[in-house]
Amino acid sequence: MSKPKLATCSLAGCFGCHMSLLDIDERILELVELFDLDRSPLDDKKAFDSPVEVGFVEGGCANEHNVRVLHDFRKHCKVLIAVGACAINGGVPALRNPIGLRECLETTYAGGTPDADHFVPYDADLPLLLDRVYPAHEVVRIDYFLPGCPPSADAIWEGLKELLAGRTPGLPYQLLKYD
Amino acid sequence: MIGENVAAADRTRLMDMIIAAQSRLGYLSDETLSAIASEVGIAYVDVVDTASFYAFFSRAPQGRCQIRFSKTPVSLVKGAADVVRAFEKALATPLGTTSPDGITLNWTSDIGMADQEPACLINGTVFANLEPADAAGIVDEVRTMIANDALPGFPGYGNAAAFSSAKAGCASNVVLAGEVLFAPMTPGSGLRAALAMTPEEVIDEVRRSGLRGRGGAGFPTGMKWGLTRRANGEARYIICNADEGEPGTFKDRVLLVEAPGLVFEGLTIAGYALGAKIGLIYLRAEYAYLFGDLQRVLGERRRLGLLGERTGGREGFDFDIRIQLGAGAYICGEESALIESLEGKRGAPRDRPPYPTDRGYLGQPTSVNNVETLACVPRIIERGANWFSKIGTAESKGTKLMCLSGDCAKPGVYEVPFGITLNELLDLAGGADAEAVQVSGAAGECVAPKDFGRSLCYEDLSTAGSTMVFGPERDVLEIVLQFAEFFADESCGWCVPCRIGTVLLKENLEKTRHGLASREDLARLERLAGTVRKMSRCGLGQTAPNPILSTLRNFPHIYESKLIGGDDVRIDLQAALRDARALRTVSALKQDGA
Repeated sequence: MSKPKLATCSLAGCFGCHMSLLDIDERILELVELFDLDRSPLDDKKAFDSPVEVGFVEGGCANEHNVRVLHDFRKHCKVLIAVGACAINGGVPALRNPIGLRECLETTYAGGTPDADHFVPYDADLPLLLDRVYPAHEVVRIDYFLPGCPPSADAIWEGLKELLAGRTPGLPYQLLKYD
Repeated sequence: MIGENVAAADRTRLMDMIIAAQSRLGYLSDETLSAIASEVGIAYVDVVDTASFYAFFSRAPQGRCQIRFSKTPVSLVKGAADVVRAFEKALATPLGTTSPDGITLNWTSDIGMADQEPACLINGTVFANLEPADAAGIVDEVRTMIANDALPGFPGYGNAAAFSSAKAGCASNVVLAGEVLFAPMTPGSGLRAALAMTPEEVIDEVRRSGLRGRGGAGFPTGMKWGLTRRANGEARYIICNADEGEPGTFKDRVLLVEAPGLVFEGLTIAGYALGAKIGLIYLRAEYAYLFGDLQRVLGERRRLGLLGERTGGREGFDFDIRIQLGAGAYICGEESALIESLEGKRGAPRDRPPYPTDRGYLGQPTSVNNVETLACVPRIIERGANWFSKIGTAESKGTKLMCLSGDCAKPGVYEVPFGITLNELLDLAGGADAEAVQVSGAAGECVAPKDFGRSLCYEDLSTAGSTMVFGPERDVLEIVLQFAEFFADESCGWCVPCRIGTVLLKENLEKTRHGLASREDLARLERLAGTVRKMSRCGLGQTAPNPILSTLRNFPHIYESKLIGGDDVRIDLQAALRDARALRTVSALKQDGA
């Protein structure tokens, strides 16, 4: 029997949650025993070629590309788990939300008043920014939420193991206590 | 002038003082409120508490001319949005702002003009059947009046005659007059018949007639009066609830125009039956334009000896009536909130029990009755309980005023016997092709054609009269969303299930309407609606989810058709990218030019 598959992505995040995933130290050998890694920045696989069991989503959606990736994950993953503050609440990228996209960009690139020499840069290859940063669950259905900034390696490890065993993860308080 | 004859230092007249200050000064500054506080001898914060509650009071300077457009499902169906746009254009100022010459445009909740929408209030004067083409003329006239200092203050009694516009003022539109309320009356005949009986006999007659409250709840009037009369107290009060704020209702306005004497006489008979010396009419601010005429009728009745010392010639029965104006709050139609407002406080509902019949106005036994209920009383006393109880059904006696509005050929007031089916009513009004009828206002039920055979009476489809008809081309979800917005606006904010719940219900509906809700969202909507209904403190929150729950039940296919798939994107991506696209276009031009 083939191993269940795990896919991961980092949308509008800092890769901190992926770092925390790698922080499981020697248990990574066990992880490799448990899962096959599918689409993920860890193996640089860019697309799904089959359905996978678990999708690990870091970061919220700040641009069109994030939305398309997340939608692709929803379509291919049986279970989606939003990991970390950015996926759950928008996190640091969402600090721009109260300001508004136009003001944010024009202040940054053009001192607030664009003119012939100062304007918001544009390139057809840059994904278009959304009007605000959306947490993952506002964009697609999310099955589980793992809070933390980032969640600890232990919490990620426990969560993934439980999901893999087909159980609903019920993490002990100590693993989710941050103050 | 508003506020005249207010006895200084009378806390119960605080509303009048604040209304007068708002009307004369245009807004309520800290200084104004603290002057009122020291005059009345209460804490400054108590005055702020009241002043900050009502929609017609403002703490910041506003235009001296307030144009308020009624925003209801019916007004929107009739084109209110186009009318507002025309006014925005004529004034060159967007809704929610004030033009340089001091004219403020705003939406407001239903103003009791559902049969003549789109309608607006301009400093208390009502304008009906508006069309976009009317905007320029009305704005010109208002500007001239401001320049000549001829515009009445806000809030104020209004004066349709002061305007040359044909749209100023409103019609009564009594389409069908029945045998109880709109039959001809002789002033004093009901009162004379009552005074020939003992107060207990009057109450018994009302009880035997089977009269029940016309405001929606249907509490037996005779029982309410009996409870009030028997309760211990130093004084007893009778209050007429003319805070007709339920969207789509306008029967009380029409009664107060067409048969004010009947209402006053009912109030006087109630005063006699209860042993009250004073009757209070709580008139919603939106109807302030009726105030002058009502005072004239009261004056006439005093001259005829039907009010004042030795009322009706009865030694020891000195009864009079005072009209208290509200200041724009739907919740004040709830009787305990209404009593609070009458006492000069914010209109927050009280915990019950004790019920007003035990401890109401100023802590004394009080009966609060609807305008229409009181108008039935002189007829019952004059013609007898037996006559009255022969009309209607087993549990619902007499006639009921139905207010037809929306997609029907003959909107207006219909006096029909209880028990009429919705189909029969729709046939009378020329609304046979209705696809949905909202019965009994925002707090009522949205009925689908399969249920048009149901009877309008307390034992089947209970109604306070509002009957909004919607044709096949209307979007039911848009209508429900309007009601959800209404409740979110009108929640007094006291309890969490209502304050937060009404906003969440609205947001969930918006999501559904935009085709972004999933099946789980729908289940969540229904659960939340149940929580708001069960956990809210007063009738407002308890009935706020009714339009949602009844449409989920009666129009499930409409919700179903809007659902997205479980794996779909739940935001409107194109809308979310609009800002970025606009920025990119500008940048692309500059970049290419550079």
